[in-house]
Formats: sequence, structure tokens, C-alpha cells
Amino acid sequence: MVINQDMEAVNAIVREFHRFEKSLNGESASATHEHRQRAISHFAQTGFPTTRNEEWRFTNVQPIAKTRFCVPLDAAAPAITEQEIQPYVLENSIRLTFVNGLHVPALSCVSGLPSGVIVRNLREVLVQKETADERRVGALVDFQENGFTALNTAFVRDGAWIEIPDGVTLDRPIHLLYIAHKADGMLLTPRNIVVGGPNSRLAIVESFVALNNDAYLTNAVTEIFVDDGATVEHDKMQKESPKAFHVSTTHIRQRQRTTLVSNVINLGGVLVRNSTTCTLTAEHSEATLNGLSLGTSNQLIDNHTTIDHAKPNCISHEMYKSILDGNSRGVFNGKIFVRKDAQKTDAKQTNKTLLLSDNATIDTKPQLEIFADDVKCTHGATVGQLDDEQVFYLRSRGIGNAEARDILTFAFARDVVDRVHVDELRNQIESLVHSKLHHGRLVS
Amino acid sequence: MLEIRDLHASVNTNEILNGINLSVNAGEVHAIMGPNGSGKSTLAQVLAGRNSYEVTSGQVLFDGKNLFEMEPEERAREGLFLAFQYPVEIPGVSNTYFLKSALNAIRKHKGLDELDAVDFLKLVKQKMKLVEMDESLLNRPVNEGFSGGEKKRNEIFHMAVLDPRLSILDETDSGLDIDALRVVADGINKLKRKENATIVVTHYQRLLNYIVPDVVHVLVDGQIVKSGGKDLALELEAKGYDWLKSSSPVSA
Repeated sequence: MVINQDMEAVNAIVREFHRFEKSLNGESASATHEHRQRAISHFAQTGFPTTRNEEWRFTNVQPIAKTRFCVPLDAAAPAITEQEIQPYVLENSIRLTFVNGLHVPALSCVSGLPSGVIVRNLREVLVQKETADERRVGALVDFQENGFTALNTAFVRDGAWIEIPDGVTLDRPIHLLYIAHKADGMLLTPRNIVVGGPNSRLAIVESFVALNNDAYLTNAVTEIFVDDGATVEHDKMQKESPKAFHVSTTHIRQRQRTTLVSNVINLGGVLVRNSTTCTLTAEHSEATLNGLSLGTSNQLIDNHTTIDHAKPNCISHEMYKSILDGNSRGVFNGKIFVRKDAQKTDAKQTNKTLLLSDNATIDTKPQLEIFADDVKCTHGATVGQLDDEQVFYLRSRGIGNAEARDILTFAFARDVVDRVHVDELRNQIESLVHSKLHHGRLVS
Repeated sequence: MLEIRDLHASVNTNEILNGINLSVNAGEVHAIMGPNGSGKSTLAQVLAGRNSYEVTSGQVLFDGKNLFEMEPEERAREGLFLAFQYPVEIPGVSNTYFLKSALNAIRKHKGLDELDAVDFLKLVKQKMKLVEMDESLLNRPVNEGFSGGEKKRNEIFHMAVLDPRLSILDETDSGLDIDALRVVADGINKLKRKENATIVVTHYQRLLNYIVPDVVHVLVDGQIVKSGGKDLALELEAKGYDWLKSSSPVSA
């Protein structure tokens, strides 16, 4: 039952679902659509999570629950030029561009793909891929996980379907560029499925950016399958509008001898929740989860991660950092499960926060649940200010106080930025971070 | 160039400097020696502008300007340089980036154009030779993972690039083996010019075998109790500091 929530807001979303349903034209008899219907019924019953739910204890989504959203249908996609998106484009990439959640072929670039590589709008493959394929929508992310995954599933349509066949190394990153433009009041529900076939290598970038200061909700879900011997880098960068809500759920399933790097970079949004789950389902795999969040004014940035060591001989590293100024709040919850079978696990988790103001806060919670006995698991969390010794050292060489603080703040962030291996994206993030640093403070 | 008049400074109400008088002229090298806890390093830090010390009275003029009215960075831009006893590690900031920011801040203050990457690199390579510093240390984060000797060389390298008018070397010899000591001292000597002055703060006499001071001062309990020529350092080496501890302060 939906308790203490604006029932009318939930009902409005259900009405949106019926409007969305009508726009689907004939697709509504498919199994995907049955899935959507189950998801919206689930949402109608549960609504959005509340702070009574342990997973949402520090993150009150009332501002989202109170908003009346509409779902953009095809006709609603505004015209945007290549020039407007230029600052966010990665020149040398395979690109799918979405405006307000809807795929825009004219702003996409998928030519010259190696043989067998599939990079398409999810909508085009939904009907084919829905039945027996174990890599279907919802294989990793259960719509019953919470109200947000239910909503994303209910409105699933556009997004990316990516398949990299056996042994293929992609020399260009795949860029999923999500742009919000004139998106006030919109609910955007991109869904991405990524299949890294055996021994393939790929980098996939998701960017979420806004061209105006609209208030909207991005509620994204990404499911990533990393097959035997594959190497996948997944970079997610969000610089949503300062008024936007951003909720994302990413599940990654790793098979044997795989390498996964996930980088989550938060530079925008007013209420942000990222949930990244990585399951190590076979031996000799390695998962690296990094995060960087820059918060100021009234931003709330919540990063939840789960690393599930199900099998022996796997390694996981985790480095999440936050820089918080103004009245901003950060949340970090890092779960690491080491199952009974997962002997020789080596897991390391680090969470570091730099507080630039007296009013900024962080709630950090490492959560290690270890059922195997021969494992190495460490975790550490630090919260602090800039080091006075370092500031003085820089100043004593002639660097002004404000610049010294900017240099040191950037250095703190750089540790994570450097872990992004897609050069163009790393440069983009570097300059975005620089542009947020001003006289030792963070600007929005 | 530097005029210290009756300087008193304290930390947490403990008075560390107890009325120091000292004047340093261009072209001179002064050594400040003294036992542990005598206030040598405090004097160096106070001059550089560290705010953990409170100046309770007295005055310091640097080229006629009131030093205590300047922020640490302004002092540096005016030409004051402190080589740290314990150089600070700055992860995430490369040595070159740091130095370029510092040099350009100083140049801007002097009304000079900022150096571009090419000219900066040229300057840096030339100065590195002075301290026989390995080029790989340029692109590494400032002092991070440097050995004790590398850190001290790096300080003198910074000094060479920034070209200060007054250098204060705080225990630059500590932690150096004899070869490194010679290299560092050589570098300092090569940087010596008649427009510049140097204050060498040290516990031991051995650095003064390489850097020959014009004046040696002995600091005990926050006061200069004796000043003399370079032979005073040898005398201290032979006799220790105890014989001076009852001396009354002098004006240097």
C-alpha cells in the first residue's frame, strides 16, 4: 500500500501509463508490455520508497513523490542541433543520442561498426529480444526492487541495446548521450542493455546533461552482462540540471576471468541516487567501482554500491569520493557480500569526503557481510577538510589562498577522474570539475 | 633587506621567540644555530607567515615593508622563500604544475608576463641541473613518495626556479647523506648573488663547511645570545651549546 504519499501523484503516473500505452501502436500485445503492466501495478501499490526503508534511510524522495510528472511521447521531442550538444559529444565515439529520453537518429552516429556489433535503440529490438533470451530487459534488474525500477520498467521503450560479439575489441567508446531540453515536469526512463560477449573489450559511456535549468526526473536503468574473458569499462557522468532529480540503477553481472571498471561521476542534479550492483558469478574476475560526487547548495547525492562475491578468487576495489560544499549532503552506502563459496576474495573499499563548508554533511556506511573464512576484506572512510599544511606550503611559494584551495580540491577529485580511461571523457570531466571550482568553493 | 626588531611570538600562550633582533643585508649569508627547541624553526615559520604562531610584539621589515601585513603568498611574491624542514607531500598535483602556478603568480605580481609551457620547461630543465635532480621527479606529485634527500633537493630546485631575494633554509641539511648535502649546498652556492641573501637555520655545523656564512648567530630560548663570524660555528661544534645558555641576549 502507498502510505503517507500523495496518492494523487501516484494516480497521475498511472494515468500517464495509460496515455503512454495508447501511443505504443500494436506493440501492446507483446510480452514486454505484459512486463510493463506488471510493473505499473506494482508501482501503483508501493509508490516511491520512503525513509522507513533501510535502503532509503538517508534519502528522502518526497520531493519526487510530490511531483506530477508527464511522460514524453514521440511528438514531444524538441528539435536540437548538433551544435547545441557539441560540448558533451565525444568526437571519436559510436553515439546514440536521446533527447528527453527519446532516441534521435539525426544526432546519433553508429556508422562503421565492426562486423557483428549491435548498437541500436532498445525500442527496435524489444519485440525480438523479449522471450527466451536470458539477456532480456529485467534479467538483472527486478522491477520489484523499488518504486524507481518499477517505474522504469513500466515505461521501458527507448534506450540502448548493445551487443559485442566474441573476441571483438572496440577501439572507440560507445557513448549514450542523454539530453534534457525543455523537460520541465518530465519523467524520463531510459533503459540500457549491454552485452559484452566472451573476450570482447569495450568502453561504454552514459552522459546525462541538461541544456536548461528544468525540473524533471531521470530514472535510468542499465543492465550489463560481462561474459567470460571480457573487459568492460562503464563510465556514467551526470551533469543534470540543478533542479533535476536523477535516480539510476545499474546492475552488472560478471562471468569468469572478466574485468569491469565502473566510474560514476556526479556533477549536477538536486536529488541524486545512484545504485550500482556488481555480481561476481565466476572465478578470477576483477571489479573496480569508482565514484566522484561534487555537491553544493542543497544538493543531495546518494551513492549505493553492492559488490557480491559469489565465487572464489575474485578481486574488487572501490574508491568513492565526495566534495561537498554549501548545505549539500552526501550519502555513501557500500555493501560487500562475500558468499560462503567465495574463498580467496580480495575486497577493498575506500570512501573519502572533503567537506568545504560547515553545513555540508556526509552519511557513510560500509557494510561488509562475509560468510567465507579465507578472505581479505578492508574498508575505510575518511571525512575531512583541506589540509592546512598543504595550503600553507602552496601559499608560501606564492600561490594565492583561493587558488591553493582550488588546486588541492581538484587534486582530491583527480584521483578518481584519472581512473576514467576514455580520454575525451576524462578531459571533459576535468574541465567540468575545474569550472565548478571557484575561490576554494564549489559553484553549481 | 630584512630587519627584525624585538620579535616575540608564541604558540598556545607558550612564548617561543623572546625578543629577537636581527638584520640581514643583500649579499649576506647568515647562519642561525642553536639547540633543539631554541626557536630556530619557529623563527623561520613566523617569517614565512604560518598562522599557527602568534606574533605578540615586535616588527619585521622586508625591504622596508611590514612583513606582518602581508599574507604568506604576498611575502613569497615579494621574494621571500622558505625551504621547509619537512617538505609537504601534495598528492594529485604534479611538481611542474605546482611550480608553474607559483612562478606565474610571482611573475604576475612583478608585472611580468606569465611563462608559457615551452619557456617554463626550458627554465626548469636548466635549474634542475643545479641540484642534479632526476627529471622523473618533475611530473610526479609534489614530494609524494620522494626520499628524504629528494624532498630537500626539490626544495632547492623550487628555490632555483622561483629565484627569491631572501631564502630561509630550515634545517635543509637534516636527513641528507654527505653526497646529497654537497649537491644541495652546491646548488645554494650557485644561486648566491650580491642582490640576494640567505638565512641558514641549522643545528649542526657541517652544512656550514659548504655554505660559508658571513655571520653566525646562536639562538637559545628564543633569543640570540651570541653572534660572530664563521669561526663561531666551529667553536659551537667543539664546545656544544651549554656554555652559552646563561648568556644574555645581544643585538645582532
